[in-house]
Amino acid sequence: MSKALKKFYVFLVFVFMYAPIVVLMAYSFNDSRSSSAIWRGFTFDWYIKMLSDSQMMKALQTTLVIALSSSLIATIIGTLAAIGINNMKKRTKNAIMNITYVPVLSPDIVTGISLMLLFVFLRVPLGRYSLLLAHITFNIPYVIISVLPKLNQLNKNMYEAALDLGASPSYAYRKIIIPEIMPGIVTGFLLALTLSIDDFVVSFFTSGAGASNLSIYIYSAVSKKYNPSINALSTIMFVVIFLLLVLINSRSKEKTKKNVNY
Amino acid sequence: MKKSFKSVAIILCAAVIMTLCLSGCGSSGEKTTIRVYNWGEYIADDVIEQFEEETGIRVEYDTYNDNESLYAKIKKAGSDSYDVIVPSDYMVKKMIDEDMLAPLNFDNIPNFENIDPQFKNLSFDPENMYSVPYLTDMVGILYNIDETGKELTGFKDLFDPAYARKVCMLDSIRDAIGLTLKMLGYSMNDTNPEHIAEARDMLLEQKPNVLAYGTDELAPKVMSGAAAMAMVYLGEGITAIEEQPENMRFVIPEEGTNRAIDNLVILKTSKNKDAAEQFINFMLRPEIAVKNSIETGYSTPNMAAKELLPDEIKNDPNRYPPAEILEKCEIYETLPADNTDFIDAWNMVKAK
Amino acid sequence: MKKSFAAYPYLVWAIIFIIAPLLLVAYYGLTVEMPDGSMVFSVENFYKFFSSPIFMAAFWRSIWMAALATIICLIIGYPVAYYLSGSIFKNKKLLLLLLVIPMWMNLLLRTYAWLILLDNAGLINTLIKALGFEPIEFLYHEYSIVFGMVYNFLPFMILPIHSVLVKMDNSLIEAAGDLGANKRKVFFKVTFPLSLPGVISGITMVFMPAVTTFAISDILSGRTIQLMGNIIEDQFLRSDNWNFGSTMSIILMVLIILSMVISSKYEKENEGGGLF
Repeated sequence: MSKALKKFYVFLVFVFMYAPIVVLMAYSFNDSRSSSAIWRGFTFDWYIKMLSDSQMMKALQTTLVIALSSSLIATIIGTLAAIGINNMKKRTKNAIMNITYVPVLSPDIVTGISLMLLFVFLRVPLGRYSLLLAHITFNIPYVIISVLPKLNQLNKNMYEAALDLGASPSYAYRKIIIPEIMPGIVTGFLLALTLSIDDFVVSFFTSGAGASNLSIYIYSAVSKKYNPSINALSTIMFVVIFLLLVLINSRSKEKTKKNVNY
Repeated sequence: MKKSFKSVAIILCAAVIMTLCLSGCGSSGEKTTIRVYNWGEYIADDVIEQFEEETGIRVEYDTYNDNESLYAKIKKAGSDSYDVIVPSDYMVKKMIDEDMLAPLNFDNIPNFENIDPQFKNLSFDPENMYSVPYLTDMVGILYNIDETGKELTGFKDLFDPAYARKVCMLDSIRDAIGLTLKMLGYSMNDTNPEHIAEARDMLLEQKPNVLAYGTDELAPKVMSGAAAMAMVYLGEGITAIEEQPENMRFVIPEEGTNRAIDNLVILKTSKNKDAAEQFINFMLRPEIAVKNSIETGYSTPNMAAKELLPDEIKNDPNRYPPAEILEKCEIYETLPADNTDFIDAWNMVKAK
Repeated sequence: MKKSFAAYPYLVWAIIFIIAPLLLVAYYGLTVEMPDGSMVFSVENFYKFFSSPIFMAAFWRSIWMAALATIICLIIGYPVAYYLSGSIFKNKKLLLLLLVIPMWMNLLLRTYAWLILLDNAGLINTLIKALGFEPIEFLYHEYSIVFGMVYNFLPFMILPIHSVLVKMDNSLIEAAGDLGANKRKVFFKVTFPLSLPGVISGITMVFMPAVTTFAISDILSGRTIQLMGNIIEDQFLRSDNWNFGSTMSIILMVLIILSMVISSKYEKENEGGGLF
C-alpha cells in the first residue's frame, strides 16, 4: 500500500471518531429545543442558558470535584502500591495484580452494584462521600497499571548507585525513582481523571442525595426532556481539554527540541 | 520534557485544591438544607432560586426518570437523606403501605386550599394525610400528521399494520400493558392473568410496528420524522406542538387513558420537616404553580393557579379534558406486592 | 522486599472496596429472599436464568455481538496502530493523543450524537433523500449496536497494540528482511506474533465493556434489543429483584474470570503506560 493510502485510511478512522463530536458541537448552536436533525437557525442561547442552569452547574462542580480529588488520591495510593508491588515476590505480585485487574475488567454495572451493596451493608449514606470512595476504587488500578511498567523499565543499578553514593533510601526515591516514573504517574492521573469524568454507571449506583454528577444529570435530562445546554457545556469542556492536551503536547515537543539544541 | 510533566502535575494539584476549597466554602454554611428529588425537567427554571432567596433555606435538587427507580433508590439503596420526593399515585400508596412517608402538618401548608377538591382524598391517600398533588399527567398519542396522513383517534391506531416500524411505545410497564388492557375493554388495573396474557399477545403481535421503546426521548423521534407516532406523556406532547405546530398533533385516546397524579410527599426520615413543608407550601402558591404548569406542559390541579392561565391553555381539551373523556380515564391502583404478571409480560414483550 | 510496605494502604483498600463488595454480590446471587424478608441459600436463580429462553437468548446475543464488535475493532484498529508506530507520520504523538481525546466526551452524549447523524430523519438520511434515494434505516437493528460498540471501544484496541508495536525491537524485523523474507512474510512471521500481547489485551479491553454495556444498546436500538446489561439494570431498577440481578452479575463475572485466565497466559507483564 502506498503511503498516501495509509494516511488516508488513518484519516478516515479519525473522521469516524470525530464525526459525532463535531455534529454535537454544531447542534449546540441549533435554535431548537428538540434533538431532531432539523436545523432551525444559529443561536448562542444554549450557552447563556447553561450558565443560569444552577442544577447543571452544580452537577459540573460535583463532577470536577469528584474527578480531581478521586484521581489525586488514587494517584498517591496507586503509585505507592506500584512501588510496593514491584518489590514483591513474583507469586504475591501476581496475586495482587489479579485483584487489581478486577475493577478494570469487571463490568461497570457489577462494580456499581457491588459497591452499592457494600455501602448499604456498611450503612454509608449514598452521597458525595460514597461517590468519592467509589471513584477512588475504580481509579487506583489504572494508576498502578500505568506506573508499574515504568518501574519495570527502571535501571535497578541507578537506585543502588545512589545508595552507594550516600543517598538515603527516601532521598534516592525522591530524586531518582519518582522523576523516572513520572510519565507513568501523570498518565495514570490523567487516565483516572478521564474515567472519573466519563463514568456514568458506577456513579449512578453509588451516588445519592445532592451528589448528582454530570453523567447522571445527562442521563436524566436527555432521556426526560432533551436539553441542548448540555451540548453547549460538553462543547466547552471538550474544547478546553482538547486545547490543553494539544498545547501540553506541543510544548513538551518544543522543550525536547531545545534540549537537543543546547 | 520531565519538567513539563511536573508543571502539569503542579497545575492539576492546584486545581484540585482550589475546587476542594470552593466546594468546602459552598457547603459549610449554617443554613438549613432540604433535599428535593423530582422528575427530570419537571419544574420551572428559577423556582428553586426564588424559594432559596425568599426563605434562606438551601435546596439540593436531584432528578429521576421513573417511579420504579425512585423507589429503588429510596427504599433499597438506603438513600434516606431526601426530604421531598414526587411519586405518582400508585407509588404514593405503595410508600404509605410500607410506612415510608411522614404525615403532613397541613397547618404549615395553608396553600393546600388552592387544590381542586376533585384531587383531594383520592384512593391512594383516602384521608389525604401524606400527599399534595403537584401536577397531573395523561398518556396520549403524539403524531406527525404529514407521516400519518390522517387524524388518529385511539390507541388502536398504534396497532394498525399500515405503520410498520413507525410506532414508538412507552417503555413503562403500567402504561404499555395498562393501555392495551384498556383498548381490549378491560380496566387498566385488571389483574386477571388471562387478560394480561391477551394484552401481552397483542403487544407481541404489534412488534413489527415498533421502531423503539423508550420514555421521553420518543417525542423528538416523532418531531424529527424518524417515527410517525408515539405514546407520550402529556407534557411531551404539549411541548412538541409548541415547537412544531405545523405537523405535530396530540390526542387523548378515545378508549380512555391513565390519569396520573404526581404528588409532593415528605419522607419519614426527613430531618427538616418544617422546611420541607414550607417548600411544599411554596410550590402550591398560585403564581409558582402556574409557572411550573406552563413551562413543563403538564396540567395543574391547583384551582387558583388555573385561574391565572391564559385562556388558550385553560380551554385546551388536551390539558384539561372535558368530563366525557375524563369519565373513561382511570387512576393506577397499586398492584398486590406479589403480582409479577405485569413485569413478566412486559419482559417477554421486550425481550422477544 | 523491603519496600513492599508501600503497597499496604492499597491492600487494605482492595480488601474493603474490591473483595468485600464481590463477596456481597456472591451472597445476594446465591440466596433468595423469603416472603418474611429473610435470605435463604439457593441456586434457584441460576436455574431461572439458564432455563429461560428469553434470558439465554440475551446471554448469547450479548456474547455474539461483543465478539463481532471486537473482531471489527481489531480489523479496523490494527492497521491504525501499525501505521502510527511506523514512520509514515511525523507527529505520531499528537495523532495518538487525538485518538484518545474523544473519550473525554461523555459516552452517553457521544452515542446520542450518532442519533442526529444516523436516525431515520437524521443528517445522512436527509442527504440521501436530497439526492433522490430511499432513506436507509441505520438504527434500531442489532448491527446498530455493534456499530456503537466499535465506535466507543476502538481506542481500547488501538492503544495496547500500539504500545507493544512501538517497543518492538526493530533489529528483528531488519534481520528477517536481511534473511530474505518479503514484507508480507516479515509482518505475519515476525511483527504480528510479537504484537500478540497487545492484541490480546486489546481484545479483552474491547470485549469486556462491550459484552456488559446497556447504555449503547438502549440508545441505538431504541431499547428494542436487550443485552445482559439491560436485563441486570432492569432487575435492580425496575423489577426490584436484587438477588436475580446479582446472580446474573455472577454469571458475567465468571465470563470475565475465564477471559482473565486466558489472557494472563499471553500477557507480558509490561503493558499500558505508553500513552503520554
